[in-house]
Amino acid sequence: MYELAHKTLLEPAGIGESDLDRILARLVDGRIDFGDLYFQDRHSESWSLEDGIVKSGSFSIDQGVGVRAVVGTGTGFAYADAINVPALVQAADSARAIARSGSTGRRALADPANPKALYAPDNPIEAAGSSDKVDLLKTIDAYVRSRDPRVTQVNVSLQCQHESILVAASDGTLAGDVRPLVRLDVRVIAEQGDRRESGNAGGGGRYALAELMRPESWQHFADEAVRQALVNLESEEAPAGFLTVVLGPGWPGVLLHEAIGHGLEGDFHRKGVSAFAGRMGERVATEHCSVVDDGTLPDRRGSLTIDDEGTPGGYNTLIDRGRLTGLMQDKLNARAMGMKPTGNGRRESFAHLPMPRMTNTYMLPGPHAPDDIIASVDDGIYAVNFNGGQVDITNGKFVFVASEAYRIRNGKLGAPLKGATLIGNGPDVLTRVSMVGNDLALDEGVGVCGKDGQGVPVGVGQPTLRIDGLTVGGTA
Amino acid sequence: MSGAALQRAGAGGDELVSDPRREIENLADIAADVLARARAGGADQAEVSLSSSLGQHVSVRLGEIDTLENARDRGLSLTVYRGRASGSTSTADLSPEALERAVDQALAIARHTQPDPAGGLADADRMAETLREAGADDGERFELWHPAELDMDALVDRARAIEEAGRAADSRIDNSEGASVDTDAHVSVYANSHGFVGARRATNYGQSCVLVARDEHGMQRDWDWDDRRSFDALAAPEETGCRAAERTVRRLGARRAPTGRVPVLFDPDMAKGLVRHLVGAASGGNLYRRSSFLLDCAGERIFPEWVEIVEDPHRVLGLRSASFDAEGVATRRRPLISGGVLERYVMASYSARKLGLESTANAGGVRNLVFAPGPDSFDALVRRMGRGLIVTEVMGQGVNLVTGDYSRGASGFWVEDGAIAYPVEEITIAGNLRAMFRDLQAAGNDLETRRNVQAPSLLLGEMTVGGE
Repeated sequence: MYELAHKTLLEPAGIGESDLDRILARLVDGRIDFGDLYFQDRHSESWSLEDGIVKSGSFSIDQGVGVRAVVGTGTGFAYADAINVPALVQAADSARAIARSGSTGRRALADPANPKALYAPDNPIEAAGSSDKVDLLKTIDAYVRSRDPRVTQVNVSLQCQHESILVAASDGTLAGDVRPLVRLDVRVIAEQGDRRESGNAGGGGRYALAELMRPESWQHFADEAVRQALVNLESEEAPAGFLTVVLGPGWPGVLLHEAIGHGLEGDFHRKGVSAFAGRMGERVATEHCSVVDDGTLPDRRGSLTIDDEGTPGGYNTLIDRGRLTGLMQDKLNARAMGMKPTGNGRRESFAHLPMPRMTNTYMLPGPHAPDDIIASVDDGIYAVNFNGGQVDITNGKFVFVASEAYRIRNGKLGAPLKGATLIGNGPDVLTRVSMVGNDLALDEGVGVCGKDGQGVPVGVGQPTLRIDGLTVGGTA
Repeated sequence: MSGAALQRAGAGGDELVSDPRREIENLADIAADVLARARAGGADQAEVSLSSSLGQHVSVRLGEIDTLENARDRGLSLTVYRGRASGSTSTADLSPEALERAVDQALAIARHTQPDPAGGLADADRMAETLREAGADDGERFELWHPAELDMDALVDRARAIEEAGRAADSRIDNSEGASVDTDAHVSVYANSHGFVGARRATNYGQSCVLVARDEHGMQRDWDWDDRRSFDALAAPEETGCRAAERTVRRLGARRAPTGRVPVLFDPDMAKGLVRHLVGAASGGNLYRRSSFLLDCAGERIFPEWVEIVEDPHRVLGLRSASFDAEGVATRRRPLISGGVLERYVMASYSARKLGLESTANAGGVRNLVFAPGPDSFDALVRRMGRGLIVTEVMGQGVNLVTGDYSRGASGFWVEDGAIAYPVEEITIAGNLRAMFRDLQAAGNDLETRRNVQAPSLLLGEMTVGGE
């Protein structure tokens, strides 16, 4: 991958490794602890269909280099949207404005790291002609409309991205990656009498566009969007109050992302502002619960062959049979805490600073059959689909918003419920997980995680879970 | 987000600030060039917007520098129309080769998209005065441009002063996520093939502070901020720091509230969210997609009679003041809600055509939208509420504009006997926006004027609180 990234990012500007070495020397210059150069080239294309016609398409190229100079935990940062030596020098001089005395020295650039690629470097934008993509959207539209006469609106969109990155750092790191990303979304509005409801489905990952263009793939999303809208047409008011909640497998793992994941990002621990700070080794969940952040899954949306600091993607255990065991780290926070980077240093683009971020966060499967979990509940709700969530990492309170849920009474599923927010406390929610299913599933590839204004693609997953008490925000 | 165009001579950062007219001229020249290329390449119509900005960001934590950032951004986005089929591109590279590539790509996309009867530029007879006709850009016209010479050291000192004041304000403040100071100067040009060219420029200065407090129950975090057009108008550093401390400490000891139906008082920041939901549901895009609970509600009374909400795009020093919208249509002051009645939708020309209506000059959103304040102080509203919930923060995306269903995580204060009893957290509030609008009880006199959408505290009717 390094050679490909080098060819895209450095060759056109005639920049060689010796130039990188020279600029890093100028950047660090005996007064900076750590510095890096992050080159990026991202091509994005999107098409969208509405009212039966493919009415918009867009294409963009974002290219540039970000230069970072770190002293202790302080960072000087500048970027340029041109990749050439004068621009690099100017950005480096601007970034090193933070320089003070004292340094840990610099290592010459090592040979490029070439970890095993988790995805193919193919460009999805060029994988099919524009006409084929337009035809795909039209075919999906016709298919969705044929599913049910109550469908009144259909939106379909297709996004393809192809990104090359290259990192050179004063600790000797030299690494590159080429990352494809595709995504298809289907949204429908269904109407019946005076009720109108929406349904959404979609997915994608770091894989070939051909995969999404297979009828089995897109029909699955189309069917799911229609099904959800029709279920919502029948939905009743959700209850309010503290209830037993069963979460379905897959995307409901947004629970783990919010309740656990953010609170275990290294920056919040270095600063001591996470509700989990200082609790390493303690029991924060029942023994059924083991949670990992795994950037090493092939082809997944949240996966990274290397992170944006050149560290290979990792499999990091966050909770091991109920005990807190690991954090997610980037270089700055790992160094400050005397730990190792874990492959979680990510940034939205060259114009943003890296931070510890999640990749694919999920809970390992447990012993229980999903049907037995539902049958065990006398009075509660079963939530199978969610919009998204949010967390206050300091007091630990998190929400996630159910978009498809059902009442459970006497162990049996009842009527569908209107969307409702669930709220809980991260450090204790997993202490109430009494059953864990044997049906681990990952989401279909739609997650975007936002932190400090930066969005990055992520994945989540879990088996079916029973939580003995979570506050449900209905009206009934 | 794009980066600095350091390769282009004559467009250095300092010149943007010292000679913004020249940068506007530069951008207008590029716009004219791109439009000409698009027409020559076969576009019937085209529109282009360009922006150029220079910013500094400084943050300090526990007295030490956390980040020093310089941002220099330029960018262009282009849409071309060929027989009502459109194609769009964007680029941060403004070199002649990159511009040519952008035009070619947009034209190529427009060969594949399908003709859209509602597509194309806004109508020519709705265009605002051009830059040349007006003789002044919007920055001059609405007093939005207040450049200041500020070096990083001065910004660092200010951030330190903010954080120090906050940390010293209360002994329970035991940690900090830091204080930051930002400066931004930007100019932009919009031009289209009707011959319209418009320009804006504005400066922005911001500061904020995030503190952490601790007691025997645990940690809480909160913040305060200020945002102004001129640096001198910013709140004193001590004020921002101390307010952040006050807001953080008052959350300590928060617990859950009882489940049930009670009246709810939104502080001005939460009330702003409510007005934003109104704008979302009244927006042309959601209406023609039948994705709004306000379908066919224009002319209908959706609030009590005393509610007035007015958009005033021409306000001096306004956060989003402009003489033209994002497609060149002339803006003017006009009500959104008058006597409780939804006077109009919020539309750009595309959604207006889809609905068989006229653009309301809202391409790019609403500009300086104000919910008229009422006579009562916040404390008077608390007394009037008697027993209920003050909401100061909501969490999550639980707002469904298709149905109006509303369910959010919340924190704030429980009120008994007309006075604050204790802070609350880990609760939900739920209702339906139609009913929440209809049952509005009163507006406070505490209008928050620093936002684009401005609202005072609002006393709502009963909502369902999910808690213990």
